[in-house]
Amino acid sequence: MNKHLLSAGDLTAGDITRVLDTAAHLAKVTDRAIKKVPTLRGRTVCNLFFEDSTRTRISFELAAKRLSADVINFSAKGSSVSKGESLKDTAITLEAMGVDAIVMRHGASGAPWRLAEWVEAVVVNAGDGTHEHPTQALLDLYTMRQRFPSFDGLKVAIVGDVLHSRVARSNVLALTTMGAEVTLVAPPTLLPARVETWGAAVSYDLDAVLPKQDVVMMLRVQLERQRAGFFPSLREYARLYGLDGRRLDAMADHAIVMHPGPMNRGVEIAAEVADSLERSVIADQVANGISVRMALLYLLLGGPEVTA
Amino acid sequence: MTKLLLQGGRLVDPATRHDGTADVLVDDGRVAGVGSGLDAAGAEVVDCDGLVVCPGLVDLHVHLREPGREDAETIETGSRAAALGGYTAVCPMPNTDPVADNAGVVEMVAARGREVGLADLFPVGAVTLGQRGAELAELGAMARSAARVDCFSDDGLPIREARLLRLALEYTRAFDAVVADHAQDASLTDGAQMHEGEVSAMLGLAGWPAAAEEMVVARDLLLAELTGGRLHLCHVSTGGAVELVRAAKARGVRVTAEAAPHHFTLTDEAARSYDPVFKVNPPLREKADVEAVRLGLADGTIDAIATDHAPHAREDKEVEWGSAPPGMLGLETALAVTLTELVGDLGPGAHEPRSPVVGAPAREGSPADERVPKAVHSPPGYLDLASAIERLTSGPARCRRVPGHGGPVTPGAPANLAVFDPAATWTVDRAKLASRARNTPYHGRELRGRVIHTLLRGAFTVRDGQASR
Repeated sequence: MNKHLLSAGDLTAGDITRVLDTAAHLAKVTDRAIKKVPTLRGRTVCNLFFEDSTRTRISFELAAKRLSADVINFSAKGSSVSKGESLKDTAITLEAMGVDAIVMRHGASGAPWRLAEWVEAVVVNAGDGTHEHPTQALLDLYTMRQRFPSFDGLKVAIVGDVLHSRVARSNVLALTTMGAEVTLVAPPTLLPARVETWGAAVSYDLDAVLPKQDVVMMLRVQLERQRAGFFPSLREYARLYGLDGRRLDAMADHAIVMHPGPMNRGVEIAAEVADSLERSVIADQVANGISVRMALLYLLLGGPEVTA
Repeated sequence: MTKLLLQGGRLVDPATRHDGTADVLVDDGRVAGVGSGLDAAGAEVVDCDGLVVCPGLVDLHVHLREPGREDAETIETGSRAAALGGYTAVCPMPNTDPVADNAGVVEMVAARGREVGLADLFPVGAVTLGQRGAELAELGAMARSAARVDCFSDDGLPIREARLLRLALEYTRAFDAVVADHAQDASLTDGAQMHEGEVSAMLGLAGWPAAAEEMVVARDLLLAELTGGRLHLCHVSTGGAVELVRAAKARGVRVTAEAAPHHFTLTDEAARSYDPVFKVNPPLREKADVEAVRLGLADGTIDAIATDHAPHAREDKEVEWGSAPPGMLGLETALAVTLTELVGDLGPGAHEPRSPVVGAPAREGSPADERVPKAVHSPPGYLDLASAIERLTSGPARCRRVPGHGGPVTPGAPANLAVFDPAATWTVDRAKLASRARNTPYHGRELRGRVIHTLLRGAFTVRDGQASR
């Protein structure tokens, strides 16, 4: 593995397998009464969040704490950043304080790449702009692997605002590395330029795609996209690209439904689908996020090799 | 004033189509003689053996940041960078603070340039008040000012309203001025960060599609045709735009065009580093566009190489890509980048007709020519040396009035000259640039072609590679 985790595209199939295997091992810690191991004692992890994302921050915080690392949470709001401090100065400050890893969420695509140039600490991309969210992809793959024996030929549809989705980019990269067959489903206005070069199939027709999938991953659609004219109305979006009960019935019996959260119930996903006990693995995704992030911090901060 | 004899150099003067060994005698700030066996009594001899002597370079498009952002560049530091790049004339764009939209600011810029004395400044005036795109600035007042402005642009911003551009193209006919447009459709580039394509999609950066440039180029060309006004297109960057200009020229539209070195050398792949030193507007495009711009320069569709020299303070570029302003340095590297990337064999152009030297017989094929050092490597030759120099001197001088610059190098003309070693290689080091800013995209690159001397009206602004002040 590289020193930092910036892009899911930097991970080889071997890297991904190692992360998932390590996560599976560490998940056992979560099942204990005392959910803590001493592995990263004395190491400091900083959660540097320039965008609000309570769930991702808490997930990283729990992951670090369960490995006994010291955790500092640095949120941009009300901090020196809101007083005009640059990312570079924030980086230099954290570096001077001796943090070992910086987990960063930032609204600008590529911000973690800049950060990695300015610090010695390990940088983990916890979501950058409309670019990537590699730990989300890893926890998604972990969740798929709990249900399916292999990624080879696994059929995964990613549905929604692919253009602005960091979850989609990271998942396409990780899934294609692992040999899955990805289909992107979206209105043409929400697909990136030259998406045909991504190694994924593309469709505008959710109904045609659904019956063939093992996994259906719904992306959050943001209200401002409608205001920016990417589609005419939320109602029309839901009708064409929302996953409702009728569409759930069209899916294969073994197929699962995923969503990175937070959900817009009634828009991209109907409440009955999100809450479906047989099909929805959305709560599993959240739980798995902690194990996968534990595994990443463990591997990146140089913990000893875990044997399953 | 000192009398100088530039001796034994290869004089390349596109205006007279001269390319061959010739001495140049400079007296009292002017060219006193060209050829061999000149009466150089009392002249200081400057050995130019193995060097190229040509008109001082002319840059149609620079940002010197003064007034307003003297922390990024000043007229003094920018002029020094120009001189070190072989330039004797540069055209500062009006997007300063305050905007150069009135006679007072353009006169101040030109006067400050004279005071510094390292290059002649020919300011570009704003087309609209405050570059706000709403109402015409006092173009006539700027044209009649001491700065004699004959080129107007809202560069950095496109002229959105077709009607306003039409009026500007019509109105400027009264003083035979040119309107230089930055072609960019704003509605297609709202929030755009880089060229729209495979790379922008992967990087999650909002795209600036080629069509946003090409549709405005098409509009501008139609309006130039409608009005009979003189249109100049700034920094043409796409294959489609080159093709539109080519077709317009073929049907006689009064249009000239420039291209920036970064647009014929770098592609959007550079953005993968997320280093905003590669962020520029219009953005770095794709390989096919780079090729098209090169071919446009080769066949003369693009008249001029212009740097769009855009210094930015270090703290403004040491940020996330999306927060950084667009722009790159260019003055100190343009000649070398052109020679390295576009000129193959350094020998005299096979297809360029060469006329006898003024006042001396031509020395084609003379032993002196054979002494011209060979290229360190032979990239594909898009331009021969003489044509490359044309795009940097008389080409830009055709696009607007820069009196005394761009050649010809003939007796009586002001001695605005550049002398460079076409084969010397050097490595760009941003720390050593004369520009106050550091945002060169060529840091660490080895380039071929080094400016040795620059003369402004017969006085060295650069001597032996060092600025005179």
